[in-house]
Amino acid sequence: MLDALHYTGYVLTSFGVLFLLLGALGILRMPDVYNRMQAGTKATTLGAVGTIMGVGLINPEWFLKTLIISLFILLSNPISSHALARGSYRIGIKMWQKKDIDAYKKAVQESEEKEEAA
Amino acid sequence: MSGTIVAKWRRILQETGKTMSRYIYSFLVFFIFWVAFTTSLQTDELIVGAVVAFIMAFYTGKQFSEGGLSNLSFRKIVFTVRYLFVFVWEMIKANMDVAKRVLSPKMPIDPGIVEVPTKLKSNIAKLALANSITLTPGTLTVDVIEDKLYIHWINVTTTNPQETFGEISAVFEKYIKEIFE
Repeated sequence: MLDALHYTGYVLTSFGVLFLLLGALGILRMPDVYNRMQAGTKATTLGAVGTIMGVGLINPEWFLKTLIISLFILLSNPISSHALARGSYRIGIKMWQKKDIDAYKKAVQESEEKEEAA
Repeated sequence: MSGTIVAKWRRILQETGKTMSRYIYSFLVFFIFWVAFTTSLQTDELIVGAVVAFIMAFYTGKQFSEGGLSNLSFRKIVFTVRYLFVFVWEMIKANMDVAKRVLSPKMPIDPGIVEVPTKLKSNIAKLALANSITLTPGTLTVDVIEDKLYIHWINVTTTNPQETFGEISAVFEKYIKEIFE
């Protein structure tokens, strides 16, 4: 039983490390800041959660702690990536695009007009 | 005359009950976190945990939740657990998707920002939805303005708000509605 937990833990940790590697590759290969963030947020969240939970399984006394740490990562990681994406858009970093699809432009203009009027 | 006084007292009692339940709820959550982090059931550990949780609850109880103890209803817990399973599955799919795009030599991406409408009202529900969307296939929430989410999509297939809703957020929205509203 304990052995099974051990091996599951090692498999999970390896998966996590693999996804962290993919995230790093994504950050190198993607063309602009937004796409890099796509690779950065998702792969690193699953990578970090996988690694931490794997450690929790290898050492069962830590399981509850690792569970809570993963919960906090799941809550905080998307918020920071949202803040980065919103900030980069609002200081005027252009998107890399094949077609011109940008619904956010209009919303930003409208909110800026509202601020000026107020 | 006496009727209005009774109604007034009833309202005051209800308000106090609500506030109390918010404090008790935050105390319980802090205490459970304490027990999970210390992973021991010794009496002295539990007493210190209770004191710390009480102090924390005293200062943050009002801001900590809106629903108080009603957040712990059986139905909400069942939906939360089901939602976690759906969410983890979607997240694994998201990572496979990103992995495929990162590793393929041509990099099949066609990015853009689309608009997704939502019917959720409360702030916490919108936060949960935005976070869930950020962690799923090729979508990243850039901003939430009133009842619209603006989402950077790595491979845009449609810009029609109804269809984007179906593709991106429909899976989560029904669970989040049950959990937070």
